[in-house]
Amino acid sequence: MQNLTLLDGQKFQITIERLCHQLIESHNDFSNSVIIGIQPRGIYLSRRIAQELRKILPQAKIDDGILDITFYRDDFRRGDNPLVPNSTQIDFIIEGKKVILIDDVLWTGRTIRAALDAMLAFGRPEKVELLVLVDRRYSRHLPIEPDYIGIKVDAISSQKVVVSWKETDHEDKVILISDQV
Amino acid sequence: MAAGQRLSGKHLLGIKDLNKKDIELILETAATFKDVINRPIKKVPSLRDITIANIFFENSTRTKLSFELAQKRLSADVVNFAASSSSVSKGETLIDTVNNILAMKVDMVVMRHPYAGAGMFLSKHINAQIVNAGDGAHEHPTQALLDAYSIKEKLGEVAGKKVVIVGDILHSRVALSNILCLQKLGAEVMVCGPTTLIPKYIHTLGVKVEHNLRKALNWCDVANMLRIQLERQDIKYFPSLREYAMMYGLNKQILDSLDKEIIVMHPGPINRGVEITSDVADSKQSIILDQVENGVAVRMAVLYLLASQKD
Repeated sequence: MQNLTLLDGQKFQITIERLCHQLIESHNDFSNSVIIGIQPRGIYLSRRIAQELRKILPQAKIDDGILDITFYRDDFRRGDNPLVPNSTQIDFIIEGKKVILIDDVLWTGRTIRAALDAMLAFGRPEKVELLVLVDRRYSRHLPIEPDYIGIKVDAISSQKVVVSWKETDHEDKVILISDQV
Repeated sequence: MAAGQRLSGKHLLGIKDLNKKDIELILETAATFKDVINRPIKKVPSLRDITIANIFFENSTRTKLSFELAQKRLSADVVNFAASSSSVSKGETLIDTVNNILAMKVDMVVMRHPYAGAGMFLSKHINAQIVNAGDGAHEHPTQALLDAYSIKEKLGEVAGKKVVIVGDILHSRVALSNILCLQKLGAEVMVCGPTTLIPKYIHTLGVKVEHNLRKALNWCDVANMLRIQLERQDIKYFPSLREYAMMYGLNKQILDSLDKEIIVMHPGPINRGVEITSDVADSKQSIILDQVENGVAVRMAVLYLLASQKD
């Protein structure tokens, strides 16, 4: 097994800040925009983005929620183990709002497809955008593309891209794991 | 919650076959479904490729509706079958009836039957997942699970709580499933009722037995009041309903005379004025309607967890 660090330390922080500034360019003061992190791993990025945005825009009210997509996945009964649900927490109205969906790694696009379905149970947003920290290019199974990208990665399907967070894994880092050299 | 947890069995025939982990997994999953059914759009597509047959050989309102709603909220296809209006009255056997239904490509069977062990019997002869929705005076597992969920929701914890089950213990499947479920979760259980309605060897299950309602209520945190199952009583077990109501009926007066606030539960259907008076059933201490709401979430959890097991 071989690990290659793609992003860490100050570069990681700069990437987060850059994503925030890109968001501000198209959402101004977030009065009509909300942030939704996708369970389980997207919520750390969405919390970090929301936290950073509050630092940059102290007067703005930034709504952030978390969305569980378990019941909307298309691989139910196809894996060996049951899919275990997580919690959803969306304490605001998304009807007519601009929604920014956030996930850590975009790979096949199936999670985002499920998230779009899951989100519609809460209303009809005006617009939905997608922000990801890592875009694994040329690996999509569905026609889904992100609006904001932290880094782009070219990886083959046997490789794994893992994002670890200070909050849970003591370090902000994006690593590429290869099984064989 | 750890990923990859699953139920230990393929069917849900009774609480007896579940272990503590299974029960906790069902209750935790039910909490996420309770969240789902309180959203503006109450439906999720998880079971869209699954067909479920509800086969009821005995009358039911709540359980049948609750199962059907749970199935529909999970997007399963549902067929309903009531024995009274079917070929069962023309002499067809249980296995033939169910196999005919399964020939139409049904994945799961929810069954209520007047004979104990009907679900177990069926599970050995047919190739589908079985959920027991009540078999005679034996078990009613989903009722026990939703009761445990309701207690947990109200009191925060089931372990260490004292629960008394009052009434017709002898003919009640709710009582047996509740005793097993609550004990597995670490609660203390007592049964209370006239001697004739308490099974002779019930103490071997590790429950306390009390014949005085006031003493039982003073001991407990939760009182689960059961209906007198007149349809299963072939002889007289007590002189009159009026006398039963005086001795074992829960009324406001006795509830207010206790030195603590207990929670009142009832699996339904209620016979108002017999085991429970109207003012108690409608009081703040009663969580009877919460039980019904939680029933849908708990049944969704059971169906979801069973359906996600590949055969």
